[in-house]
Amino acid sequence: MNKSLKRLDLIFKNEHDAETILSKSLSRTNEELIEDLISSGLKGRGGAGFPTGLKWKLTAEAKGENKYVICNADEGEPGTFKDREILSSVPHKVMTGMAICARIIGSLKGFIYLRGEYKFLVPKLNKAIDEFHALLDKLKLPFRIEIFLGCGAYICGEETALFESMEGHRGEPRNKPPYPTDAGYLGGPTVINNVETLAHTYSIFKYGPEKFRDLGVKDSRGSKVFSVSGDTPIPGIYELEFGMTLQKFVDDFGDGDAKAVQVGGAAGFCVPRKRFENTKIGYKGKLTGISLPTGGSMMIFNSSRSMYNVLHNYLDFFVEESCGQCTPCRVGTQQLLLGIEAVKRGDKPSGYLDELLSLAETMRITAKCGLGQSVANSFSSIVENFREEMIY
Amino acid sequence: MKEKINLKIDNLSVSVDAGTTILDAAKMINVRIPTLCHHEDLCVAGNCRVCVVEQSGADRLLPACATPVSEGMEIYTNSLKVRTARKQIIELLISEHRAECTTCYKNGNCELQALTTEYIVGENGYIPLVPLKGYTVDEFSPSIIKDDSKCIRCQRCVRTCDQIQSVGALTVAHKGGEMKVSTFFDKPIYEVVCTNCGQCVNRCPTGALTEKAYINEVWDAIYDPEKFVVVQTAPAVRIALGEALDMEPGEIVTGKMVAALRRIGFNSVLDTDFSADLTIIEEGNELLQRLKKALKDKDPNVKLPMTTSCSPGWVKFIEHTFPNFLEHVSTAKSPQQMFGALAKTFYANKIGVDPEKMVSVSVMLCTAKKFEANRPEMRASGYQDVDYVVTTRELALMVKQAGIDFGSLPDDDYDSIMGESSGAGVIFGATGGVMEAALRTVYEVVTGREVPFDGLNIMPVRGMENVREASIKIEDPLPEWDFLDGVEVKTCVAHGLSNAKKVMESVRDGKADYHFIEIMACPGGCLGGGGQPLPTSPEIRQKRAEAIYREDAGKKIRKSHENPEIIQLYDEFLIEPLGHKSHELLHTTYTTRERY
Ligand SMILES: Cc1cc2nc3c(=O)[nH]c(=O)nc-3n(C[C@H](O)[C@H](O)[C@H](O)COP(=O)(O)O)c2cc1C
Ligand code: SF4
Ligand code: SF4
Ligand code: SF4
Ligand code: SF4
Ligand code: FES
Repeated sequence: MNKSLKRLDLIFKNEHDAETILSKSLSRTNEELIEDLISSGLKGRGGAGFPTGLKWKLTAEAKGENKYVICNADEGEPGTFKDREILSSVPHKVMTGMAICARIIGSLKGFIYLRGEYKFLVPKLNKAIDEFHALLDKLKLPFRIEIFLGCGAYICGEETALFESMEGHRGEPRNKPPYPTDAGYLGGPTVINNVETLAHTYSIFKYGPEKFRDLGVKDSRGSKVFSVSGDTPIPGIYELEFGMTLQKFVDDFGDGDAKAVQVGGAAGFCVPRKRFENTKIGYKGKLTGISLPTGGSMMIFNSSRSMYNVLHNYLDFFVEESCGQCTPCRVGTQQLLLGIEAVKRGDKPSGYLDELLSLAETMRITAKCGLGQSVANSFSSIVENFREEMIY
Repeated sequence: MKEKINLKIDNLSVSVDAGTTILDAAKMINVRIPTLCHHEDLCVAGNCRVCVVEQSGADRLLPACATPVSEGMEIYTNSLKVRTARKQIIELLISEHRAECTTCYKNGNCELQALTTEYIVGENGYIPLVPLKGYTVDEFSPSIIKDDSKCIRCQRCVRTCDQIQSVGALTVAHKGGEMKVSTFFDKPIYEVVCTNCGQCVNRCPTGALTEKAYINEVWDAIYDPEKFVVVQTAPAVRIALGEALDMEPGEIVTGKMVAALRRIGFNSVLDTDFSADLTIIEEGNELLQRLKKALKDKDPNVKLPMTTSCSPGWVKFIEHTFPNFLEHVSTAKSPQQMFGALAKTFYANKIGVDPEKMVSVSVMLCTAKKFEANRPEMRASGYQDVDYVVTTRELALMVKQAGIDFGSLPDDDYDSIMGESSGAGVIFGATGGVMEAALRTVYEVVTGREVPFDGLNIMPVRGMENVREASIKIEDPLPEWDFLDGVEVKTCVAHGLSNAKKVMESVRDGKADYHFIEIMACPGGCLGGGGQPLPTSPEIRQKRAEAIYREDAGKKIRKSHENPEIIQLYDEFLIEPLGHKSHELLHTTYTTRERY
């Protein structure tokens, strides 16, 4: 059994006051609510780290007949299951966040886009939704939430691919702009937030933005749920405060022999031991030096691990999970994978790694969506920090 | 007026309407940005990424085709960052491409090749992926060849088949490295809903989708001293062939084309426009007969509206999509097939050639005609009525192969009989043309007077609007047609199968009370057919349409029923419209097909 050592207990604390929070919030103006969110410093927990208050504000201001609130519970990142935990233990927090958002932006319809593999959650979740609908009726908020079961591909977690899949099309990311705040699901202005982001809004509306701001560091406020795996005696999910150094993190979670931590899964960065001390966990910024974990995956590697194999696995994942529509990502991922294999075999000189680094950079600046753009994160950080392991 | 946006592209100032893309803004100031997945007729895809440009201050590059301009933007289309990325993207495309240009059908006419001639990428690119892919070539269709090893996954074909044609025969299958353009269960194109319209072929930037060429078969027949080779040329070939032979869109090259065909060695050079006139006589009379049954005899079984049948893409579409409405389709064969059936009977007899030794070739703007010629129904002469169909593009290749300097050819005339046509036959090539031709004849048959339109030009059915409706009131008819007195004959014209689908849905749902519907599978009608010279765009199709109406206006005879060779044909051979011989040779049946 995985141990769930929750360092903080904001998210998972089972508070039964949805009605109070909701009615209290609904009695306030939209401007006040948005102001609270903005000043809390909350940023999206699903990937891009976009300021949540601003997202809601933009959608509230956008013109559109039908607006939507979508909870992104696709959670496709391998080895992460924090959204599942949140949805099964505190669904009312997520739904309260959705309902307040709906009031603010003027939406009547919300969806929980649930990862296909989480189908087993549906009965329990539907029960929670029914109860929540009763509460909404009582508070006279005309809003309904429905579950939409995902298509099973990792790319469907990308917000615009998710809309495509909900509209019955192939899950291929769209061009941006337009952004979802202007034209999302069915072309309507849409707020799409990660499960955890929505759960945090509950705490902010309950305890006030100051409490939330007190946690974390500049640019990275509040707490975050992490899925810790790899060479650790205590794998599991943990809610941690932002700003913790990686040194502290491996001291707490590692097996004493950590040589690298992959922050943010396949799409994240690999931090070598020598940088543990001056790397803080948080969004990309001067203080932290790295960008945030997409799904919150933290994978620890000890010195027995081959970083070549680690990278190979990630590239395998990307070659498979790219939607395949855009050239840099579809072909680039294949070239990176074949390229490191060729270097390893000696079929290509070690200098070819530099061409691959340049290719990864091109993918970062030209790929259509976050998937192709983020391949360079793990590729470059692993190749640059563990170059010998790639060659010999 | 739209809001204006000011920006700079390569340090040149430009002011454009809000919503314009960077690509279009650049075009206005003659800055060319390379593209592959972009096509004027299609929605934006933004997937090839060769059009990326740099925005001052932005970290990532922007796809010019998919990014709207914004105020104060400073765009660089050829910075170091852009060049490096664009070159790498081209190299990536080539690494998954069987780049064997010298043996490729698209050699010299390929957008990917053109790009690589600008960005000479050299040998030492990435690891070739082609050997790892197990690519296949689908050659089963008589119309279209699909070679996955030449596909750059731009999805122009998918968008064409879905948006312009609403057929959806082509879809994207699999993801990541396995992603490809596929069909239902990856079946051969021949076995799925594909209508063979060739619109995807017209928009494929590479050699991945091409027509099945019959150039060599045609040369073989010409070289065979035992064979007598007749050729017919479709209406919309003469106004487009020049484009593939270094001329401007919209040039009429009828005389040069006839001369070239003679030089190539065809024994008889004849005209599909002739049989287009014949189609009008048969189809027009069929319409009148249906109207009579419906309005005079009150026959509840008669099917109205009647639709045209000359576009084989449309015919296959309705067979798949609205099989319950097959009885609405005119039984008249298309001009190509009427011609084919007469060539090996009437014509062979007339010139004293054994039909067994006759090879019947048609030059069409259409890939679906290749399929049509192969339909089992199309053997009324006792032989395959039309042996080989070549497209406008294939004819251009044959002209080049024969070493003919097309531009300097003197004009020549068609052979007779079956070479004369009216202006009505010519306009078959444009959307609305069949309707106009039919109305010119039907109205006159019924009333004894010319259609009441200035210069016989029935403007309401012309143009490029997706669906056009027009009605014409019959007044003071001849005694035989008195039941039509005061009847408003309601017509509808649609081009492109997605428009055809809309019209048929309203017919199905009882929302339309048309009598006669003209449908052409291709945008613009045959002039935008799947076998026409590349590229295609709304402007080019407009120029072709103007040429067609110019050709019509310049004809001595403007009405099908006044074509002297048609009159002679009825006198000598067919006797009467819808008669016994007509039924045997000129009419056909249709088949219900599966919808996948
Ligand atoms: C390939 C890819 C997969 C993604 N998968 C998820 C996911 O499973 N869950 C999620 O919340 N966001 C995912 N995202 C991020 C979403 O696109 C989007 O940014 C997010 O849902 C916004 O919510 P937030 O602002 O609350 O973070 C993914 C992004 C990419 C590029
Ligand atoms: S970057 Fe990859 S996943 Fe994203 S659109 Fe392009 S091919 Fe698809
Ligand atoms: S598709 Fe184009 S680039 Fe490819 S082999 Fe043919 S001509 Fe060359
Ligand atoms: S030929 Fe026409 S129907 Fe067939 S796949 Fe191409 S566009 Fe679709
Ligand atoms: S077949 Fe042609 S049009 Fe279709 S995706 Fe491939 S290259 Fe593009
Ligand atoms: S032309 Fe712009 S992305 Fe393909």
